[in-house]
Amino acid sequence: MNRFLWPLVGFVALVILLAVGLGLNPRDVPSPLVGKPAPVFTLARVDAPEKSFSPQEMRGKVWLLNVWASWCVSCRQEHPVLVEMAKNPAITLIGLNYKEVSGDGAIDADKLGEEGERRLALQRANAWLREHGNPYALSALDLNGRVGIDYGVYGVPETYVIDKSGLIRMKHTGPITPDVFSGKILPLIAELNK
Amino acid sequence: MLPELGQFALIVAFCVAVVQGVLPLVGAHRRQLRWIALARPAASALTLLIAVAFGCLTASFVQNDFSVLYVAQHSNSLLPLPYRVAAVWGGHEGSLLLWVMMLALWMLAVAAFSRQLPDAMVARVLGVLGLVTAGFLLFILVTSNPFDRLLPGAEEGRDLNPLLQDPGLVIHPPMLYMGYVGFSVAYAFAVSALLSGQLDAAWARWSRPWTTAAWVFLTFGIALGSWWAYYELGWGGWWFWDPVENASFMPWLLGTALVHSLAVTEKRGSFKNWTVLLAISAFSLSLLGTFLVRSGVLTSVHAFATDPRRGIFILAFLVVVIGSSLVLFAWRAPKVGLGGRFGLVSRESFLLTNNVLLVVACASVLLGTLYPLVIDALGLGKLSVGPPYFDSVFAPLMIPVLFLIGVAPFARWKNASIAELSRTLRWAFVSAAIVGGAAPLLMGEWKPLVALSLVLAVWIVATAGLNFVVRVQSTRAGRPFMAACRQQPRSFLGMHLAHIGVAVFVVGVALVSGYQAEKDVRMDIGDTVEVGGYTFRFGGVRTEEGPNYTALVGDVELQRSGRVLRVLHPEKRSYVSSAMPMTEAAIDTGFLRDVYVSLGEPIDRARPDGPWAVRVYHKPFVDWIWGGCVLMALGGILALSDRRYRLAARAAAPVAGVADQAKA
Repeated sequence: MNRFLWPLVGFVALVILLAVGLGLNPRDVPSPLVGKPAPVFTLARVDAPEKSFSPQEMRGKVWLLNVWASWCVSCRQEHPVLVEMAKNPAITLIGLNYKEVSGDGAIDADKLGEEGERRLALQRANAWLREHGNPYALSALDLNGRVGIDYGVYGVPETYVIDKSGLIRMKHTGPITPDVFSGKILPLIAELNK
Repeated sequence: MLPELGQFALIVAFCVAVVQGVLPLVGAHRRQLRWIALARPAASALTLLIAVAFGCLTASFVQNDFSVLYVAQHSNSLLPLPYRVAAVWGGHEGSLLLWVMMLALWMLAVAAFSRQLPDAMVARVLGVLGLVTAGFLLFILVTSNPFDRLLPGAEEGRDLNPLLQDPGLVIHPPMLYMGYVGFSVAYAFAVSALLSGQLDAAWARWSRPWTTAAWVFLTFGIALGSWWAYYELGWGGWWFWDPVENASFMPWLLGTALVHSLAVTEKRGSFKNWTVLLAISAFSLSLLGTFLVRSGVLTSVHAFATDPRRGIFILAFLVVVIGSSLVLFAWRAPKVGLGGRFGLVSRESFLLTNNVLLVVACASVLLGTLYPLVIDALGLGKLSVGPPYFDSVFAPLMIPVLFLIGVAPFARWKNASIAELSRTLRWAFVSAAIVGGAAPLLMGEWKPLVALSLVLAVWIVATAGLNFVVRVQSTRAGRPFMAACRQQPRSFLGMHLAHIGVAVFVVGVALVSGYQAEKDVRMDIGDTVEVGGYTFRFGGVRTEEGPNYTALVGDVELQRSGRVLRVLHPEKRSYVSSAMPMTEAAIDTGFLRDVYVSLGEPIDRARPDGPWAVRVYHKPFVDWIWGGCVLMALGGILALSDRRYRLAARAAAPVAGVADQAKA
């Protein structure tokens, strides 16, 4: 073989690698929580702050936990997909509103005090859902991000699929695209519901 | 109106680029003189059109036209004017336009300074550059249009990333791009030579100054980026082996190899295929760098907002540009003669070794950069490759390179004798071993790796000095020594200056990694901390207003043996529009050391006037790192100003003209 072809061969291999790489998400780090029980919590509900929500209530159901915040730009991009998703009766979507106020760099949460921060968070979160549509059965208010730490949230949005026995079966980092929904989430839910 | 005008100019520019990329190339092939003659005017028109587009975008920024999406995303009415101009290249779309602008300027320079070249050659070179430009213009028009309108316009812009609001970052990207894009000229020369089948010494002579110029820009650009990271990121580091840094470093390594192998091809006619391959590879790596930064396949602090369509486009572009040139290479290279033969010990063989080492170093950087991607693509998990890999692979490769820098200038072309070389160089070696070996003792502690680096650095300087003296003596011909000194060609002086730059760089790297001291401490007002023989007294933090930010400014008194030297003001800025905190380190720069203070976080977030976490560094010889880079680049500039390029220009013109006619 012509030895001057070797650079071309190396380049073709590199292109194949890069083409495969384009389809991967470098930020998509596998969660150590997959296959483990979903961490337990009890948080106030965004729609009705006097009531609380806890994952135990979802026992026996396959459901999705979606981490969101009104300041999160990618959530805005993801939201129409969620609204569309929620029309499917097989889908139970629970929101986890994550650091609604303290996560927004534009607000100095320390100055508000805890009660002020809570009030502002509820106001902002509900206003956002009114404006963009509410795909969630309900949303829990994780004001200080403590529950987010338990779930290993490091970028919003993130979505967890949790099965009937309360085990996390899948974690998706970043916005859900229609492809991810129909290609990954929907088949998984169908299987878990069998 | 202006954005539409800019967009229109880009579309017309694309059409002109296609014409420039097709007709002169076909014309050169078919010897159609009129088509060949099209190359120069087309290049001028193309440059003018791109300049109009660039000017329109700049004007939109200056006028705060937030109805242009790109402006709204990267500027703000509070942003000071110089940064509004620099914001043009603050994001993906505009930086791509800057890239094309640079490409056009290089093209114009080639068109202007190529009077001595055969017209067919110029037509081919400009044609290849035209095709590359067309590809980038299409990329801008299809996926990354900076002139997209935002209707209705935004009230206020989102502001330029505060990290970029810094004088260093205003000039870093243009410098870097000039370097990246400059390699396109060497690439175009190589491809033209392959197309015409004339890979000869003349081709190498024409390519050399262009390659050196691109290399100079790239050297400046990388050094600026490193310096910026050092004073702006607040971690006190100067190189992080981040994928994007690597993307700029790989073309530099290959460019350095290319500069050397072009010298051999010009002087001895050897390494032709190798040189062509290097020229193609250096530019290919520039393009690969673009892909890595803009496609989102790797995570990096530099990464632009990504869009999969862009990744696919650049990948397709890479396939067309690099793939076609490598096919051309595989087709033409077997017919190229081997050129002058040379012995196992000769200047050629030393330069070849240097080339191989630089290429291997580049390959190891490429491997480390892409390894996470390989592992991910094979489904084997996620990992990142950090400085330990790069340090342990890179440093051993550089040791023989540094040693050879000292030897090669003494070696004769074709055949050199080891006995003669060792006789000439033994005193330089002994003095380097003694001086370099003992120098670490002055720093208080002897460390073997530091000593090795210093021996090599002194070796380079000593041999450069010796080589200079030897050469002056041999060309003296009875004249006084000083007069003969002034007669030395600038390319010779430039070479040694650049090599001494490498030595200075090595000194900086070795001493800073061997002897830097740092402390990360909690400081209350009035507290002191001692690092590297200096005492730092913390005077508290106050608030100051900047044009578009609020700063917490610390007062840190720098004392030495009880005397106050100066007060340093490290800052923590929070920008109005993005609320992103930025660290501005305070640095007392010195010839032999830097003292570096940066603010961490207040211990109690509610009380920024109270105690703070403060980071203090003492960094011996750290500025030598960038000083060395500047010397390297100055060496390149000196070599570029060599009078033989001007003389050759005049002498070559008639000869080349005759040769061209003979062919036709």
